[in-house]
Amino acid sequence: MIVIESLTKRYESMTAVDDVSMVVERNSITVVVGTSGSGKSTLLRMINRLIEPTSGRVLIDGRDTESEAGHVLRRRIGYVIQGHGLFPHRTVAENIGTVPRLLGWEESRIRTRTAQLLGALQLDPGQYSEKYPHQLSGGQQQRVGVARALAAEPAVLLMDEPFGALDPIIREKAQDDLLDIQRKFGTTIVLVTHDIDEAFRLGDRVAVMSAGRLIQYDRPEVLVTRPADALVARMTGSAERAMRLLSLTTAGEAALPFSACEAAADGVVVPTSASLREVLSELLWRGSECATVLDADGTPCGRLTVASIMARGRPS
Amino acid sequence: MSTLGFLLRRPASARDTEAVAGIDRLGALLTLVGAAGLLLLPFVAFKANRIVPGDTRGLVEVLPTWGALGCWATLATVAAVALLVANAPLRLGAALAGLVVTAMALAGAANALTPPHDLIVRVAPGAGFWLLLASLGLLATDAITRMRPGPGVRVLLLALFLGLAGLALARGIFDNVSVMREYAVNAAAFALAARQHILLSLGSLGAAVIVALPLGVFCHRAPRLQPGVLSALNIIQTIPSIALFGILMAPLGALAAHVPLAAAVGIRGIGAAPAVVALFLYSLLPIVANTVAGLKRVSPATVEAALGMGMTRWQTLMSVELVLALPVILTGIRIVLVQNIGLVTVAALIGGGGFGTFVFGGIGQAATDLVLLGAIPTVVLAFSAAVLLDALVERLERVPP
Repeated sequence: MIVIESLTKRYESMTAVDDVSMVVERNSITVVVGTSGSGKSTLLRMINRLIEPTSGRVLIDGRDTESEAGHVLRRRIGYVIQGHGLFPHRTVAENIGTVPRLLGWEESRIRTRTAQLLGALQLDPGQYSEKYPHQLSGGQQQRVGVARALAAEPAVLLMDEPFGALDPIIREKAQDDLLDIQRKFGTTIVLVTHDIDEAFRLGDRVAVMSAGRLIQYDRPEVLVTRPADALVARMTGSAERAMRLLSLTTAGEAALPFSACEAAADGVVVPTSASLREVLSELLWRGSECATVLDADGTPCGRLTVASIMARGRPS
Repeated sequence: MSTLGFLLRRPASARDTEAVAGIDRLGALLTLVGAAGLLLLPFVAFKANRIVPGDTRGLVEVLPTWGALGCWATLATVAAVALLVANAPLRLGAALAGLVVTAMALAGAANALTPPHDLIVRVAPGAGFWLLLASLGLLATDAITRMRPGPGVRVLLLALFLGLAGLALARGIFDNVSVMREYAVNAAAFALAARQHILLSLGSLGAAVIVALPLGVFCHRAPRLQPGVLSALNIIQTIPSIALFGILMAPLGALAAHVPLAAAVGIRGIGAAPAVVALFLYSLLPIVANTVAGLKRVSPATVEAALGMGMTRWQTLMSVELVLALPVILTGIRIVLVQNIGLVTVAALIGGGGFGTFVFGGIGQAATDLVLLGAIPTVVLAFSAAVLLDALVERLERVPP
C-alpha cells in the first residue's frame, strides 16, 4: 500500500504538484491521468524520490520513503519509462540483471530470474538473452523494459507513459500483457498516462490530475457516472459515457442465468472476457437480440440480451 | 607520407570507380604526375658533403642499365594498371610493387653513386623521387579506400608497413641514403629524442585527460558554465605555440627561482616544463569539448532509467554515461595525441627535446638531411597514433549502440 500525504512540489515560478493526498491499494493498478503539465509525472517521480518533494510525505507499506537513501529506495521500486531507456551497450540479459546486480544477487539466481521473466513476457530466453536492445522491435524493447523493472521482485512498479512509444495494435497487446503480469506477480502498479482509454482499460482506480491538483480519484465507473467537475466529464467523454461504462464490465460479470436464446440458429456467442461494449457492438452488427456467453472451455454459462446490456449503460 | 593516408578513418561510402571510356580518371592524373616527376625532375641529388647543394641526377643516370630497365618496366606496368584496371586489390598490389621498386631504386642509386668507404658524400632523394612516392602512395590510398577495410585490417596494414620499413632499415638497405647517413652520426641522440618526443606527447596528454575529463563532466552537468569554460579554452587554443612557450617561460622561470621545491622537481623557464604545460593547455579544449559532446549524445531516457533503478549518480556516470560517450571522448583524445606529436617538434626551440632538435638543428646548419631525420619519424609517429586510435574508436562504435 502506498500512502501519499499532502505531497507538494514547488519550483521557483510554479507549483508542479499541489497538496496531493491519495492511497494506492496493494495488488491493484492505479492510473494517474492528465494533460501534459498536469503534474502527473512529477507526482510519480516523487514516489521513488527521483524528485524530492517540497513538502508532504510518501509511505510505502507504512514506511516513510525518506527513511533511507534515495538510490536504496529506488532499488526496491520498479520503474518503467516511455521509450524504455534500455542500456544500449548492454545485452538484454545484462539489462534485466541491472538491479539484482546492484543488490548483490548471486549470478545463478540472476540467470534464473532473467530466464523466468523473459518467459513470462513471451521472449524466448535462448533467442533473446544475448541480443542488444537495438536488435529488438519496439514492442520487444518495451517488454524488456518491464522485465528489467520487475527483476528484483519489487512490491511496487511505477510506470511513466510506458506504452507511449508503441503503435496502437502493439499497445493493446502490451496493455493485456501488463494485466496478466499484474495478476501473476501481484505487483502494486502506479501508471501515468495522458490517454483516458488506457486509464479505463487498465485502472482499478483512476486519478485525474489538472494543474498540479488531484481532481478526482475513484473507480472508473464512478468517474463516468459522477464526474467531480466539467474537466473530468469532458475527459471521460460525455457523448459516449454510456459506452465507456459498458466497456468496464465483462460479459462474464453481467451474464444472466443460462437459457437458450430464442431463434438462435446462428446465435451470437461471446467469451466471458468480452466487455459489454463489445457484446453490444456484435449484437448490433448481427441484428440479434441475444448472445450466448461461453466460458473458457467453450460451454455456455449464461446469456446477455440487449435489454440487459442497456440496463448496465445507465448510472445505477 | 601520403602512403599512410588510407589508414585513417575510412570515408562513409567508398567512392565508386570513376571510369570514362575505360580509363580511370584518378589513375590518369597520378600517372601524369608520377611520369612528370620521373622524367622532368631529378631522382636524387649527389652532394660532395652534407651542406653543399648537390648536382641532380635522373633515374636512368644513376642505376645500372638492367636495374633502370626493370624499374621502368615495373612502373610502366603500375601505370597501366592504374589507368585500366578497376579491381581494387590488384590496384593496391600494383601500387605497393611500385613503392617497393621506387624505394629500392633510391637505395640502389645511393649505393651506385657512393664510392666505397666514403662517408662524406651524400646521395639525397630528389624532387622526382618524392613526387613518384606521393603518386604511388595516393594510388595505394585510393585502392584501400575502395576496399573498405575494417579497423583490424587497417591496424594490420599499419603493422605490416612499419615492420617492412623497420626490417629494411635494420638490414641496412638504405644505409647509403643521406638521411640514414645522418642517422648513423646521430644514433644516440636519435634514441634520446625519440624517448623525449613520446614522453612529452603522452605525458601532456595524460595530464590533460586527468583534468579535462572531470572538467567535461562538470560542464555537462552545469550547462550555464559551459560557454565560459569552453571559450576560455578556445582562447588558449588560438595562441600560437611559440608565443605560448614564450609566455610560459617567464612565470615558470620565476617559480623556479623563488620556490626551491619547484626547481628541485625540474621546473624551469626553458626545457621540458613549459613544453609540457603548453601542450597540456592545448590538449584541454578537444577533450573537454568531446566529453561534453559525448555525454550530450547519451539519451536522457537511458540516464533517467539508470537513476530510476537505483544507480547512484557516480555509478550512472561511470557505467552508463561515460561508457556510452567513450567513442566521442576517444576521438578527442586522438585529436590531441596527433596534435601533440606535431607540436612537440616546436618545443625543441625552448629546449624541450624531441625530434624537433634535429629539425631546428638542420635548419640552422642548412642540412636538409638532418631536418628529414627529425621530420620523417614525427610524421610516422603521428600517423601511427591516428590509425591506432581511429581503429579503436571504430571498434567501440561497432559494438552497440
